[in-house]
Amino acid sequence: MSRVTRFASRDPGPAARVVGFIAHLRDNGLRLGVAEADLGLTALTHVNAAAPDECRRVLRAICTGSKEEADQFDALFDSYWMDAGRVKQRIIPKLHAAMTDDAHSSRDGKGEDASASGTSTTPDTEDGEADSDGTGKLIATEQRNLSRRDLRDLVRGEEIAEAEAIARRMGAALRDKRSRRRIAARKGDRLHFRKTIRRSLSTGGEPLRLMRKRRPDRTRKIVALCDVSGSMSVYAQVFLAFLAGLMRADKDTDAYLFHTRLVRITEALRDKDTMRAIGRMSLMANGFGGGSKIGPSLQRFADTYAKRFVDGRSVVLILSDGCDTEPAEHIAAALTKLKKRGCKMVWLNPLKGWRDYAPVAGGMAAALPHLDLFQAANTLDDLAALEPELAAL
Amino acid sequence: MTWNTLQTALAAHNYVASDDLSVALHLALSLERPLLLEGAAGVGKTEIARTLSLTQGTKLIRLQCYEGLDASQAIYEWNYQRQLLTIRSAAEDGETGKAVEDRIFSREFLLERPLLAAITQDAPPVLLIDEIDRADEEFEAYLLEVLSDYQVSVPELGTIKATCKPIVILTSNGTRDLSDALRRRCLYTYVEYPDRATELAILQARCPEVEAHLAAQIIGFVQKLREEELEKTPGIAEMLDFAAALMGLGIADLTDDPAVLQSTLTTLLKTQSDQAQITSEVAARIAGKAA
Repeated sequence: MSRVTRFASRDPGPAARVVGFIAHLRDNGLRLGVAEADLGLTALTHVNAAAPDECRRVLRAICTGSKEEADQFDALFDSYWMDAGRVKQRIIPKLHAAMTDDAHSSRDGKGEDASASGTSTTPDTEDGEADSDGTGKLIATEQRNLSRRDLRDLVRGEEIAEAEAIARRMGAALRDKRSRRRIAARKGDRLHFRKTIRRSLSTGGEPLRLMRKRRPDRTRKIVALCDVSGSMSVYAQVFLAFLAGLMRADKDTDAYLFHTRLVRITEALRDKDTMRAIGRMSLMANGFGGGSKIGPSLQRFADTYAKRFVDGRSVVLILSDGCDTEPAEHIAAALTKLKKRGCKMVWLNPLKGWRDYAPVAGGMAAALPHLDLFQAANTLDDLAALEPELAAL
Repeated sequence: MTWNTLQTALAAHNYVASDDLSVALHLALSLERPLLLEGAAGVGKTEIARTLSLTQGTKLIRLQCYEGLDASQAIYEWNYQRQLLTIRSAAEDGETGKAVEDRIFSREFLLERPLLAAITQDAPPVLLIDEIDRADEEFEAYLLEVLSDYQVSVPELGTIKATCKPIVILTSNGTRDLSDALRRRCLYTYVEYPDRATELAILQARCPEVEAHLAAQIIGFVQKLREEELEKTPGIAEMLDFAAALMGLGIADLTDDPAVLQSTLTTLLKTQSDQAQITSEVAARIAGKAA
């Protein structure tokens, strides 16, 4: 039991500790409120609260709401309650500390990143090349970038609003696949005569219930995968704003970042406060601007998330330059697997906008046969111009 | 009751529940909160509700969700045929107007669907809302209302208040993300594939006639198979089918006959590419390792 955290003697009691734990979880991105703290305390009275394992199970059942959170929970629990006998001085963090927190929006906060000279929400320059410390490397790099980068440095609020408008139009272009035939529906615009007559048999020939039909909305879900490796960092500003906008335009959108790992950012992007969403995303995208493993990341996507979220009505949007450090077969294998799920595949490559560009990078060449659309995109305007092509998919 | 007794009670009905799941169930019972279970297909999410209703000695009311599920199938519907017949017979008897109307819009003519049935029982039943991720988001919102207020309003009748709070279990396969509001209101547990010891216990509880040697082989085989890259990973139900198939064919040892083993794999592998991938040589190799 020596592993259990000890608390300072002026500590106000177990209730405050649990509240402190909830605050600890909240700081780490779980969305919890007062109700959970209350429920947690009540729940602990129903089990043997002195046993750490039981506490852990109880609090996990209450505080988590998805598999990702459940996976994260154990480490958070250990860091708060199992701090190797160290004395915890302050249970509830001071209020002002929360205000300047990493995950909190602070529009007037001063940027404290070494590389940024502007404020944290305004990039150094206006021309979209906000990243100053890279030299615009266009080759894939092996090394993982372990330094933290605050993505809020790269993205401005106005851009997200602009991107949102574009994303909404693009979403609409992809989505509006009306069928010519009508199917039975509760709130249809026409009467479904065959069904009405058939139904009237059970009420003695009186058509009591009028059945209706309408043209079904063939909704399409957008799944966006954005490459944030070193070679892509100059374009990250545009693409991240675009992802945030896409998410705001349609809440069914699914979004991922990858560099050497794959991270699902859908949950983080759902945050109502745009800058806080980007802040949360930057916490998750640890390793931003490092090496790129496109193939393995895509394969991981095809093996895990795609099984749940990609089907015949999905459009998979890959935002990447195709510079991969791994063999090209990985990309081909991943895309073949994805394609089997019946989705449409769109690859937006910023390099394609260059004069004399040819998709000779091994990864890109391997991907080409599997793509439904391969287009250039390095600015928001380019993305906006894609609308007719996407509508034709 | 503690969660240990609940776990033992479940085991008495042949359900081997993990500690996590038992604690969550115990909390759901004592805090009267809905419990949301997620996990791959075939890990026993639906079965837990059935077993829980057995241990509690109450009814199981099941609502299977699907795309386009609406209030008339989930909550209530008027029995139109009976109403019509009553109107006709009333007309012949000379009964008129208000009296007939009152009669045909009474509880007698209301068809209870699962949600209404669940809140109007005498003893709290187990309400299983299966595969909630298949239902539309509008239905999810409506479900939230029923689950928080425990009442249903019927315009012609007024509000029907709950006579008991059902034990609610929701399951989801994760084909779409559920709303935060629903997640917040529920306790949550992710059900994993069981480990070797647990799965062996499940097999012995469900098929006690399988010999210890073969049982260990079956579990070893299935666990190894789950590590392969398959499109559809076999669940517990498939493992039990596999065991039953082996019993039916009278096989005592997996490594005996590769051809027979391959033919029984139809119970475990459910897609063409998976079957193509696990050839009889691969199956024999896995069986050899598992033994």
